[in-house]
Amino acid sequence: MQLIARSITHAYDTVEVLSDVSLTIGDAEIVCVVGPSGCGKSTLLRLLGGLERATSGSVLISGSPPADSLNPLTYIFQDFALLPWRTVAGNVSLVLEDHAMAAGRRAAIIADVLARTKLAEFAAAYPRQLSGGMKQRVAIARALAVNPAVMLMDEPLSALDSQTRELLMDDLVDLWTDVRFSACYITHNLAEAVRLGHRIVVMSRRPGRIRDVVEIDIPIAERAGRGKELSEIQDRLWNLMREEARAADREITDAA
Amino acid sequence: MPPEMILPNKQDFAADQPDTEGAAAAAPLQPVPFRGGGFVARPRRIIAPLLFIVLIALWEIGSRTGVISPISLPAPSEAAGALADLVTTGMLWKHLSASLFRLSAGWTLGTLLGVTLGLAIGLSSTVRAGLAPLVAALFPIPKIALLPLFIVWFGIGEGSKVATILFGTFFPTVIATYAGVDNVDRNLIRMGQSFGLSWRSIVRKIIVPGALPSILSGFRISASIAIILLVAAEMIGAEFGIGAYILMAGALYAIDQLIAGVALLSVLGLTVAWLIGRTEKWLLAWRA
Ligand SMILES: Nc1ncnc2c1ncn2[C@@H]1O[C@H](COP(=O)(O)OP(=O)(O)OP(=O)(O)O)[C@@H](O)[C@H]1O
Ligand SMILES: [Mg+2]
Repeated sequence: MQLIARSITHAYDTVEVLSDVSLTIGDAEIVCVVGPSGCGKSTLLRLLGGLERATSGSVLISGSPPADSLNPLTYIFQDFALLPWRTVAGNVSLVLEDHAMAAGRRAAIIADVLARTKLAEFAAAYPRQLSGGMKQRVAIARALAVNPAVMLMDEPLSALDSQTRELLMDDLVDLWTDVRFSACYITHNLAEAVRLGHRIVVMSRRPGRIRDVVEIDIPIAERAGRGKELSEIQDRLWNLMREEARAADREITDAA
Repeated sequence: MPPEMILPNKQDFAADQPDTEGAAAAAPLQPVPFRGGGFVARPRRIIAPLLFIVLIALWEIGSRTGVISPISLPAPSEAAGALADLVTTGMLWKHLSASLFRLSAGWTLGTLLGVTLGLAIGLSSTVRAGLAPLVAALFPIPKIALLPLFIVWFGIGEGSKVATILFGTFFPTVIATYAGVDNVDRNLIRMGQSFGLSWRSIVRKIIVPGALPSILSGFRISASIAIILLVAAEMIGAEFGIGAYILMAGALYAIDQLIAGVALLSVLGLTVAWLIGRTEKWLLAWRA
């Protein structure tokens, strides 16, 4: 299954936020999106998953999602979005309860995704009892439970400290090697982008356009040991972004 | 570091070492004074009962020694006597059951209707546009002023009394409920939508639990309003009930009975507050 954005333009009232953005997320492909703050990355992600309607242009699905996918386009949120009144297992169960399935099968899915995110022993814990990294792992488990075709992730690691981020990034790499999900991954962190992305889309400042697309052909599983090449790509990305970021910063200063 | 190890050091470098450990070891050692206490609410279970007993005892002593004149305020022992009379004549249960019935019927109906309308206002822009201003307009009317009207509508019997309590509890519950719905984290709702949950599931599993803290604190307020209205309503045309008992005692200047009735009301209020507290602990255990 492919997720295709076709010349999307979006405006809030009179402010144009996205301008003519076209993007394809292929099978088992991770597309990272980077760009200056306020350029419309979160907006793009909401449009991709159907949480908002674009002013013009369209978001299309080509091919059909896997038959066992309960929610083909699945989000992972920056603030985790866990229900504080449900346990870890209850939060995962929430997204399965609307689908007709035997209770035994639901329990099996929950146990499986919690095991895959190393949360099995915390099934009965409440979100307030968990660290930030564990909360995001619960959110990842919840997303895995519905067997998504495309994961839509908006800065999933940015609320976490850098060590936890490293660990979760390794987890994501393992997970991808294991399930081969496809994803649109939004981040401010270029190190994350070069670590996880098959392609990295660099956006301009608002109104967001695609400024450049950088492809990385090192297999994701091998990237841990090839820091030098990655940091070269990271430098290239930063050079692409520097002017935009500076200009965006100036605009905000002017507006203030 | 033990002092023996520092002392030779100190002799060696005494001249050119200002405020090091060596110098500190020579000066007298003082602990840093603790300044962090207080300003934290801790449970002190015995204080409230103790204070209560002390106040009652002072009052009793005041009455016995004549400091408090028996005409202005009877001794607590006399009020206790009136209470004992109530028990032995079997009237306590008659008054209490009449009051409890009105209270529970009025409060339950008012709360059910209030939560329902509050949810409707919280969930539907159309209902909100139509009814939120109406609720705001009717809430401040003292329901007791409408009692004669309720008597015309629902009769002098139980109907008007239950209706007074019902209306009194209805409005604060509506407002607490829709304020609670408004306060539910929008991101959680968006999360529910993004996983394709049905409208019903989103309301039942995300919005209602999210609004529950606000609804329950609305219960606290509506329960107190219900007790106040109960007494007021029972003062008009009721044979039994704590309010009727207090009214009768007042008319006869039986101040000991009046105080016994007021004490009953306090106990009722405390019990209701305790019940709501337990419910909160149980339903909001996830907040702990
Ligand atoms: N619901 C909304 N109503 C009006 N304006 C909005 C809304 N959501 C976003 N915007 C505006 O659209 C622009 C893009 O916002 P968006 O959140 O997509 O940026 P972003 O690239 O995700 O930024 P960041 O990197 O800081 O997360 C901003 O100028 C923002 O003020
Ligand atoms: Mg954003």
